[in-house]
Amino acid sequence: MNSLHNVFIRSLLFAAAALLLFCEAHAQPRALPLGVLRSGIEFAGADVRGMQADDLANPGFLWVERGEKLWREEASGASGKSCASCHGDATASMRGVAARYPAFDAGSGTVFDLEARINDCRVRRQKQEPLLRESDDLLGLTAYVALQSKGMSMAARIDGPAGAAFDRGRVLYGTRHGQMNISCAQCHEQNWGKRLYAETLSQGHGNAFPAYKLEWQTMGSLQRRIRACIFGVRAEMPAAGAQELTDLELYLAWRAQGLPVEAPGVRR
Amino acid sequence: MADSRINLAAATRQGEAIEVRISIRHAMETGYRTDDGGKPVARNVIRNFACRYNGVPVFAVRMSSGIAANPYLRFFVTARESGTLDFEWVDDAGARGMAQAAVKVV
Repeated sequence: MNSLHNVFIRSLLFAAAALLLFCEAHAQPRALPLGVLRSGIEFAGADVRGMQADDLANPGFLWVERGEKLWREEASGASGKSCASCHGDATASMRGVAARYPAFDAGSGTVFDLEARINDCRVRRQKQEPLLRESDDLLGLTAYVALQSKGMSMAARIDGPAGAAFDRGRVLYGTRHGQMNISCAQCHEQNWGKRLYAETLSQGHGNAFPAYKLEWQTMGSLQRRIRACIFGVRAEMPAAGAQELTDLELYLAWRAQGLPVEAPGVRR
Repeated sequence: MADSRINLAAATRQGEAIEVRISIRHAMETGYRTDDGGKPVARNVIRNFACRYNGVPVFAVRMSSGIAANPYLRFFVTARESGTLDFEWVDDAGARGMAQAAVKVV
């Protein structure tokens, strides 16, 4: 009798926990409360902070200038269109765009990050070959577009059709991966601020990307940065542009809501 | 790729120091790395950089593999008369880069 009573109480508790989880999934409370939200730059040393703050010392602006030039360059193919032919002055038309990405694209029925959006425009409107991920051209255009949202709050939407990608991203974020058998959350949610070897674990926000990484000695996208973590936990590497990477990017963008866009950032 | 970005004051009083800042796009390949096939990647760094003020050399650097990619230089030149600063650099592969900035002395 006693054991039956226990089972009853346990199932009641289970139901309550399931209800809580259900409510949580729909109300979407913040992963990190606004009070503790810290951009990666706050974990960087004074030298890196100084580099990011100074537009000339920040090497990311070499890519921005390339992007600005490409923005006006007419396609060599059938269309003869440049980005500017449709979008005009990027400082006006692209303002706030990067802050909303990744975003759902109705045409393809998937979530696009900024790189995928630029390439989609290239292929469908400009009738050009897509740019390779991590190529200087794509990084340049992305950095140029992202710069137009600098200082604005990250504001990706996760309602409606983007919800499925967000849910997948959230699950990935909390799932243990690789030989190290650790999840993103174990470092960036439960242990941020602590040391991992010589590094201070950040909260893992993507608000500065594409960013100039001193370690790479070049500019890189958020996907490259995520892949570096995947390499670190010795998990199977997804291909560049893979859906799970975009899902993670969307989850990260939601998680960073309230932080300013810092692109082109500088990171160690 | 933008080859370089330059920054200096719009105008400087005669006899005062002009702060010159230049950031140059270059991979600065150290020569110590190997490619994915294990073959060494040849060193290719900006070997020499020079700045001339109205044709007169005022600043020069000899760089080596210890300098990071996309070098950023900051130096001072005494303002004498209005004119131009000419920057020139050459890397191990013989590729040359050039840039120019106007100096206004008041």
